[in-house]
Amino acid sequence: MLVQNVVFGILSVVMIVAAFRLVTTKNVVRAALFLAIVLAGVAAQFLLLASEFVAVVQVLVYIGAIVVLLLFGVMLTRAPIGREADVDNEQRWLGALVALFLLGALGAVLSDAWGKQKIEFEGTVRRVGDVSDSIFGPYLIPFEVTSILLLAALVGAVAIARRD
Amino acid sequence: MLENAWLIPLVPAISFFLILFFGKRMPKKGAEIGILAVGASCAMAVACALDWIGQTDPHEIHRHATWFEIGGVDIGVGILVDGLTVMMLVVVTFISLMVHVYSTGYMHQDRRYTYFFAALSLFTASMLTLVVADNTLQLMIGWELVGLCSFMLIGHWWEEGANSDAAIKAFITTRTGAVGLMLGIITLFFAASTNFDIQNLNRLALTEGISHNVLLAGATLLFLGVMGKSAQFPLHVWLPDAMAGPTPVSALIHAATMVVAGVYLVARLYGVFWSAFSIEVGGINLIALIGGITVIIAALLAFVQDDVKKVLAYSTVSQLGYMIMALGVGAWTAAVFHLFTHAFFKANLFLGSGSLIHAVHSNNMSDMGGMRKYMPTTFWTFMVGSVALAGIPPLAGFWSKDEILNGALEGHFGLFLVVGLVGAFMTACYMTRACYKIFWGEFNGHHPPHESPRSMTTPLVILGVLSVFVGLLNAPGIELFNEWVHFDVEGAPEFLHHHEFNPGLAAGSAVVALLGIAAAAAYYLRGAFRGLTEKVGFLRTGYKVLVNKYYLDALFIDGIIRNIQYPIAKAAYWINQNVIDGIVNAAGIGARSAARLTYDYIDQKVVDGIVNGAGMTAEGGGAALRKTQSGRVQQYAAYLFGASALLALALVFLT
Amino acid sequence: MYLNQFLFLAAILFCFGVYGVLARKNGVLVLMSIELMLNAVNINLIAFGAFRDNVVGQVFALFVIAIAAAEVGVGLAIVLVIFRNKASIDLDKVDLMKG
Repeated sequence: MLVQNVVFGILSVVMIVAAFRLVTTKNVVRAALFLAIVLAGVAAQFLLLASEFVAVVQVLVYIGAIVVLLLFGVMLTRAPIGREADVDNEQRWLGALVALFLLGALGAVLSDAWGKQKIEFEGTVRRVGDVSDSIFGPYLIPFEVTSILLLAALVGAVAIARRD
Repeated sequence: MLENAWLIPLVPAISFFLILFFGKRMPKKGAEIGILAVGASCAMAVACALDWIGQTDPHEIHRHATWFEIGGVDIGVGILVDGLTVMMLVVVTFISLMVHVYSTGYMHQDRRYTYFFAALSLFTASMLTLVVADNTLQLMIGWELVGLCSFMLIGHWWEEGANSDAAIKAFITTRTGAVGLMLGIITLFFAASTNFDIQNLNRLALTEGISHNVLLAGATLLFLGVMGKSAQFPLHVWLPDAMAGPTPVSALIHAATMVVAGVYLVARLYGVFWSAFSIEVGGINLIALIGGITVIIAALLAFVQDDVKKVLAYSTVSQLGYMIMALGVGAWTAAVFHLFTHAFFKANLFLGSGSLIHAVHSNNMSDMGGMRKYMPTTFWTFMVGSVALAGIPPLAGFWSKDEILNGALEGHFGLFLVVGLVGAFMTACYMTRACYKIFWGEFNGHHPPHESPRSMTTPLVILGVLSVFVGLLNAPGIELFNEWVHFDVEGAPEFLHHHEFNPGLAAGSAVVALLGIAAAAAYYLRGAFRGLTEKVGFLRTGYKVLVNKYYLDALFIDGIIRNIQYPIAKAAYWINQNVIDGIVNAAGIGARSAARLTYDYIDQKVVDGIVNGAGMTAEGGGAALRKTQSGRVQQYAAYLFGASALLALALVFLT
Repeated sequence: MYLNQFLFLAAILFCFGVYGVLARKNGVLVLMSIELMLNAVNINLIAFGAFRDNVVGQVFALFVIAIAAAEVGVGLAIVLVIFRNKASIDLDKVDLMKG
């Protein structure tokens, strides 16, 4: 028990710091790298929560594809590699206010709802097989719709970004 | 007949309407209706006279018909028939008949022949109503009606401006007097405890039923009316100008009948005047004084006239003065008798002058001369009339004038006796002058005149004969008139009834008249007194004053009327321009400024303000709200997150 | 382990993501912040799934990952078109709908 809590604590701190740096850095490339750190941390959290398959998928898809994609985007839009003069717009303070307010709201709700609930792991370990059974069983239709969505997104992205 | 005396005014009244409606279609153009009607009235009047004379127990007849009663006051018509009434009825109808017959000749082919006869009928009816009246209200109605008829008839040829001016002058002057008459009637009405009856009034006045001051006030006011109607000084100015009317009118109205209405009024209400002016006491009273002044000044004016009708007009004024003076000295019967005789010879003289005018087509004596050769009938009747007027016995005027002088003497009114004698001298003198200028000497006209037609000469002859004999009715020894006509009211002094004949005085007055004739004859035949007015300064001024009629016309018109009329006219004009127009303009200006105010403030500021305000509010609101639409997605996202957080909180904590 | 610790962590990450979405001018950075938000949601899903001892959490987390990938692809395409038209990806300049 204690080990999990300590690991969780370390991971949380890293993630929070990285996230903070993500939203406040003036360097776009560094922001992408901080995103990668956060994503890695998320994958580690998944492992803590005994969801290996999702953790691996997270690493594969998010860090492997999405971050790369974002970096490509940075490159294609000629963002300066290095410090940029200003990446925050004038409603930072409003944004901070809203974010804080939201945090407060969420915090209040959460503490009110699940104050002292614990996550218990009893005997059964969830395996990948259970996940796939669930996907191709009860949740087949969302799975198929998601694939069509991916197709649509693919075609759409090509259509939008096409030079004509 | 006496009981039915009300028929006498009624017949001419009906004939007035008949002539108006049917006159033009009749063969004689309405004259026959008029003559028939007046003839009938005359016959009825004579019948009344015979009834009255034949009365075994002489008493007055009084009949009254109430028209309506209001607040205890009886308003009605009635007849009061006594000797005076009967005499007046005979005089008025007879003279009217003579004038009607005369007019068929004189007014032959006149432009308004029918209308003239209608007016004559109306006049006769009105005068008769006045004469038989038993209450002052009816008397006043008759008074005003004869005034109206006089106006109509004087202005008969109104196309010439001078004629209509004269008609207006007559009407206004008698109106001025009529104001006094009206006020007098009202005063006496209240004094007699709200009663209009004449005999009642006389009784109350004589038995001291009315306080003296009220009586004096009422009588003075009534006398104002008398002065106006009977042309006493100073309201005599209308009578000479009234000669602008046709000569028959002058004969009827301004010699024999209408102008004597004033004398008749005094005679009828003599109790009031007797008590008010204390005539019994002697000395000078208002009535005698005015009468005396009138006698002298009118006689003086008759000397400087060239127009024959004006001579006769001033003579009438002078004789009216005699009658009023007689009433003023208490010689009631004498005054009434003089009225009676004067009607005959004055009408005769006027109709005669009409005949002369008709012949030479001019009023002026300087266009005549030597007429006795061409118009014998006119000449003889005119001479008879003049001698009667002058007062030579045994013609009519002598007896009546002598009675007046007698009355003055007996009442110890020495001054008025002198006035009467002087007047007699002057009357004889100016009449001789007139006669000489007309009938002697050389004819001054264009072509020789010829005698007038029968219709005109017949009345002349009749009146001439009557002028000779009618005076004998009251000659001493006969004295029938006294018996028939006397003032008989309870309380009247015996004094009024009878005067002793004074032969000395009679001889004296005859001598005075003869002296007058002699003086005038000397002037014209022998050239005595010639050139006096040119040589003596005093006489020259006197002549000028006489020619200008004592400057009375100037006084009345320029002095009195203009000074009252102009300020009033100017004030009225000022009120019209400034007050009335001011009000109208102010209303207009007020409306305009109200409109401007409304436009400026209410319309432009308030209403438009509201409308604009609504628009601007929308615009401002829009401008303000537009800021939320920045087009920047992140801003929308900010609002989105904020609001949803809020909602979530609300949802969680409130449910 | 408490459930809340995961949920709090997710909340914090989510709020950072909100701040990033609202405050960043660069379009790519906004997309990165969106990814942050999505990951926070994923943590939530997995945590609840573990709490309930149910596999559904994991299933839906997988779906979210797939959709996030699609969304990034399309989003970057849009950013590229914006860059092509305006020669910059400053989102403040995309205000044609300003009104």
